Amino acid sequence: MAHAYTPGLRVTRYAVVRKERKLPLKGDVVVENGATVRRDEVVARTELPGDVVALNLVNRLGCSPGEVPRYMLKKEGEHIGEGEPLAATQPLIKWFKSTVNSPASGVIESISSVTGQVILRKKPRPVEVLAYVDGRVVEVFADEGVCIETRGAYMQGIFGVGGECWGPLHIAVQSPDERLETLGSECAGKIVVVGSLVTQGIIDRARAVGAIGLIGGGLRDQDLRALLGYDLGVAITGDEDIGLTVVVTEGFGEIAIARKTFDILIECAGREVSVSGATQIRAGVLRPEIIVPDTTGDSRQEDRGQSGEQGMGIGALLRVIRVPYFGRIGRVSALPAELQQVESGALVRVLEVEFEDGEKAVVPRANVEMIEE
Amino acid sequence: MDNLDVVIATDCGSTTTKAILIEKKEDGYHQTFRGEAPTTVEAPFEDVTRGVLNAIQEIEELSGRQILDGERIISPAEGNRGVDIYISTSSAGGGLQMVVSGVVKAMTGESAQRCALGAGAIVMDVMAANDGRLPHEKIERIRQLRPDMVLLAGGTDGGTISHVVELAEYIAAADPKPRFGSGFKLPVIYAGNKEARAEVDAVLGEKAALTVTDNIRPTLEEENLGPARQVIHDMFLEHVMAQAPGYRKLMEMTGAPIMPTPGAVGEIMQTIARQQKINVVGVDIGGATTDVFSVFSEVFNRTVSANLGMSYSISNVLAEAGLADILRWVPFYIEESDLRDRIKNKMIRPTTIPQLLEELQVEQAIAREALRLAFIQHRALAVGLKGVQTTRTLSDVFDQNDEDASLVQMLDLDLLVGSGGVLSHAPGRAQAAAMMIDAFQPEGVTRLAVDSIFMMPHLGVLSTVNEKAATEVFDRDCLIYLGTCIAPKGTGKLAEPCLNYSVELPSGRREGVLAVGALELLHLAADEEAQLIMKPPRDWDVGAGPGQEVQTLVRGGVIGLVLDGRGRPIQFAHDENEQLAQVAAWHRALNLYGG
Repeated sequence: MAHAYTPGLRVTRYAVVRKERKLPLKGDVVVENGATVRRDEVVARTELPGDVVALNLVNRLGCSPGEVPRYMLKKEGEHIGEGEPLAATQPLIKWFKSTVNSPASGVIESISSVTGQVILRKKPRPVEVLAYVDGRVVEVFADEGVCIETRGAYMQGIFGVGGECWGPLHIAVQSPDERLETLGSECAGKIVVVGSLVTQGIIDRARAVGAIGLIGGGLRDQDLRALLGYDLGVAITGDEDIGLTVVVTEGFGEIAIARKTFDILIECAGREVSVSGATQIRAGVLRPEIIVPDTTGDSRQEDRGQSGEQGMGIGALLRVIRVPYFGRIGRVSALPAELQQVESGALVRVLEVEFEDGEKAVVPRANVEMIEE
Repeated sequence: MDNLDVVIATDCGSTTTKAILIEKKEDGYHQTFRGEAPTTVEAPFEDVTRGVLNAIQEIEELSGRQILDGERIISPAEGNRGVDIYISTSSAGGGLQMVVSGVVKAMTGESAQRCALGAGAIVMDVMAANDGRLPHEKIERIRQLRPDMVLLAGGTDGGTISHVVELAEYIAAADPKPRFGSGFKLPVIYAGNKEARAEVDAVLGEKAALTVTDNIRPTLEEENLGPARQVIHDMFLEHVMAQAPGYRKLMEMTGAPIMPTPGAVGEIMQTIARQQKINVVGVDIGGATTDVFSVFSEVFNRTVSANLGMSYSISNVLAEAGLADILRWVPFYIEESDLRDRIKNKMIRPTTIPQLLEELQVEQAIAREALRLAFIQHRALAVGLKGVQTTRTLSDVFDQNDEDASLVQMLDLDLLVGSGGVLSHAPGRAQAAAMMIDAFQPEGVTRLAVDSIFMMPHLGVLSTVNEKAATEVFDRDCLIYLGTCIAPKGTGKLAEPCLNYSVELPSGRREGVLAVGALELLHLAADEEAQLIMKPPRDWDVGAGPGQEVQTLVRGGVIGLVLDGRGRPIQFAHDENEQLAQVAAWHRALNLYGG
């Protein structure tokens, strides 16, 4: 039962953050161990095999599949340019000759005498992996990529959409529970903290003024649907082409940004931050993140905080993550060992929480997450 | 293997490894203790046996039996020490993920799909010559998917060669890399036209780990899935499992081959159906996926709905079912935007549980739709062809997509078994029964049961080494019989009679008339039986044809007899307020939520 808790999201001012930056296929690592890298610097590159064009020449040449290899003007492994003759029949009377030109440039990968199919591989597509965060290369994975270490603030969100981006952090609200109504042109090129709710209106304004990222406490599902253009079925995100990155720190609905997260964001205002909206709840649990590398040379000890998987004791700070107390913050005041029946009728392990206003409540242990202090 | 007195079995799931201890007592086999621990396939452990040993240790502590000597399982059993065999199933690391292909999508494509699903795989895509995609789209798709294995079928023996070879060429061009062990070749099983074997070998022999087996569709009228399924199991062990972290060690520990979890559940379903000579439908609803199994007239089918589940995939249930179909099961008004946000919050925090009754009712409404959709998918695939080496007529062949052609005919269903958290751990057993009745809409007389603590996978693999032990435990400790559902098939006007019944209950004879739209509950305990006489009006059917009387013996359960007069399909009121009242009345009739 020690694993009944949802591990708390990591929110810390001083962290040592390590990011593995790997290629999808083996390739070249272009930085050395120990090198200092910038967020927009290439660290590894490779080439993905090119797209394939499959051509069935049987009908085009008016021959049987077995005759196709004989009529080929290029052999397997040879290069061919777009529009160049690929195959031609050899009739006795030239007038009846059929020729097929290559629809693309590439290399002939295979010629089949069974199907009459010719497979043409276009030129490879280059792929580059960028550093994403300012930092130092601390490990090189031969032919695969690197691990980059940086020190600074690290905040995990609960859900996000959109890929990696970076830019100056701009705080557009006075308090974590404020809901922003509009964005100004000063947000162009910036990652903007918008308060308790990322609304459709704010997203539209952000795109209009050229903001590159939004950070808020909550997001309404109906606005997410409008943003994506479809109903998100499974929480695997990060590849959306929506023109900006959105990171939600607390959940769906209007919810104030947790005080600790907001205080760190305030402290980091104006600094360069790296943000990713990629979320994957299953297998490996990937959460969106905000990384603020320290450029001041501050080498304070890493604050690892408490880990949600270590269980929690009396007095531990927590947030309830399901109704009826969704979003409320309090401290553990009792941890009864016996199963208790809750209003739904289920017998579950519970804890007693004392909220900030002194009210006490009993909630299932599965419905809280710890907050690091 | 007959001389088994003590068995330890584990199921290595994606998140939890569950161990059970089975012991032979004077009156037969019993499941005695249960332990669980987090699965350790991923970092930092990357060794599945750690989680297995932890789960077994929990059993040691609870039972007082010493099972482990360090990291070794003590065998054979002597007194209170050791076990006679250790067996395991696994779905860790996402289970077995396959791409299948056939020439004609509705024929060999569908046979290939049935073959892979029956072996316990998740089918990521079905490629076919006529699937409407351009060659480069197919190649790109195979490359993106990175399956664990490919099943290449197509062509009857002596039929088309070129189309099958064309599919092989697409696979070769995609040159996909397996998920585990990037240095290894992708396992490809060829089970198509035997005349094309040499050509397929020429295309794929170098690029893939090719295994050739019997054609799954030797003729149009014949389907032969057994040999290919066996090869899938072998390849699963040799190529997929052997690459997953710690599995080589696990394979050395087990006394029988490790089975994919759904493959093992399928085994136990088939064993039960065979032994009791009944038709069975089983469902396992998880956080991410829902598996449906059926055995009708000894023909086994299994489907997996990869994105219908109660936590990770809960939002997809909303997307697929639509809001209205979920809300029709909820007996109170709820704002759409509020419901949407609640569902998304469950998706991003999948381990939370409903604290309020209202929340529970919403989750159980979603479960009904997840089950209903998964069952529709199952019925669509469980059609016509008769599993292993049986024959169907040519005229049937051209009817493959007709829903009436489904093998799963509800009037012939004898037992409906539910498994998975939302059913097994529902606060009230009546709630589990109601979810299953509403989702599957059984017709005629159908017995209902739930898997008490999710031990069907363990018993499935046990059935391959000792069928008697597996079925004894299944009957005694695995299933909790909820009762029997009696549902006349038909539609009619509300409050008109749809069934006259007379039942000899232990408390005395009860006669009555079931009205259209009504639900009734009669007490009949799990160990009790009652003689039931049913006389439906014209147009209503309880199994012997419209208007025909049926006399049968019905068995009870922890809920009893549920008389369901709501029609098939269940008829809902059109007016929103009337519908709310209707659903609330159904809940009261079965005493689902107290009060």
